[in-house]
Amino acid sequence: MSTLMQLQVGESLKEIQLDPVSRIDLIKYAGASGDFNPIHTIDEEAKTAGLPGIIAHGMWTMGNLAKLFTPYFEDGFIQDYSIRFKGMVFLNDVITLKATLKEVVDNKLCFQVQAVNQNGNEVLKGEVLFNQF
Amino acid sequence: MFNETVGKRSNKVKNVVERGAVKKFAEAIGDLHPIYFDEEVGRNSRYQNNIAPPTFPRTFDYGVIEGLNLPNKGLIHGEQTFHYKRPLVVGEELLCYSEVKKYFEKKGNFGDMGFLVLESFGEDAAGNVIFSSTSTVVISEAVRKVLTK
Repeated sequence: MSTLMQLQVGESLKEIQLDPVSRIDLIKYAGASGDFNPIHTIDEEAKTAGLPGIIAHGMWTMGNLAKLFTPYFEDGFIQDYSIRFKGMVFLNDVITLKATLKEVVDNKLCFQVQAVNQNGNEVLKGEVLFNQF
Repeated sequence: MFNETVGKRSNKVKNVVERGAVKKFAEAIGDLHPIYFDEEVGRNSRYQNNIAPPTFPRTFDYGVIEGLNLPNKGLIHGEQTFHYKRPLVVGEELLCYSEVKKYFEKKGNFGDMGFLVLESFGEDAAGNVIFSSTSTVVISEAVRKVLTK
């Protein structure tokens, strides 16, 4: 397995495309996270809140995105992870997770990360600071 | 209405990085790396144990901030950060608490939007902060009207 240290500034990690968002994904995340806000699981509640349908927890997408880095946890760890939620994720959306190396300072690798939907719209973006041991 | 809560802090609550909870969480975010739940892989790793995914602290109990009454509905999660000294290790205990960091309002497309920034912490038994996180919660004008009633 290649290490992150071989990556050049401007290069990206291999993208991950998720399966279409399903209701069971969100029910599972609600249970695992304890976030039972009904706009994520119950159609009527989402509609009452003015949404066209249930939407994914922002933290579900943020949690998914971290797996771009999981293969490298023997080399280092995520020291900082910051995200701005830019758009909603609906049922059946196909989300792609991306990370590009922006800067290297000593043993710290700064990545720009984003998640985009099937229309190319950004649903979240932010930064990961990976601290290499 | 949230201005008077700025600086207020919750009581510290003991949380355990539970093995089963970590596994369920890893499954829920589709991150099936064995470092999270295979005991042998954990033992042989540099952490000598399994670790938790970086967004796992979302599952912790941070106690109650007196006077802060956030509704269950109508809140938008705007931003989220995590800062780590090291990854969380399965089985460890952390004392967790939150503080209202700031509150401000801005004019937006949907009227005056309120922005509440909560900072949360997890300390080990010796009082070292192992992780901190901030959540920015966006509160619409409509929701705030309901709250002041």
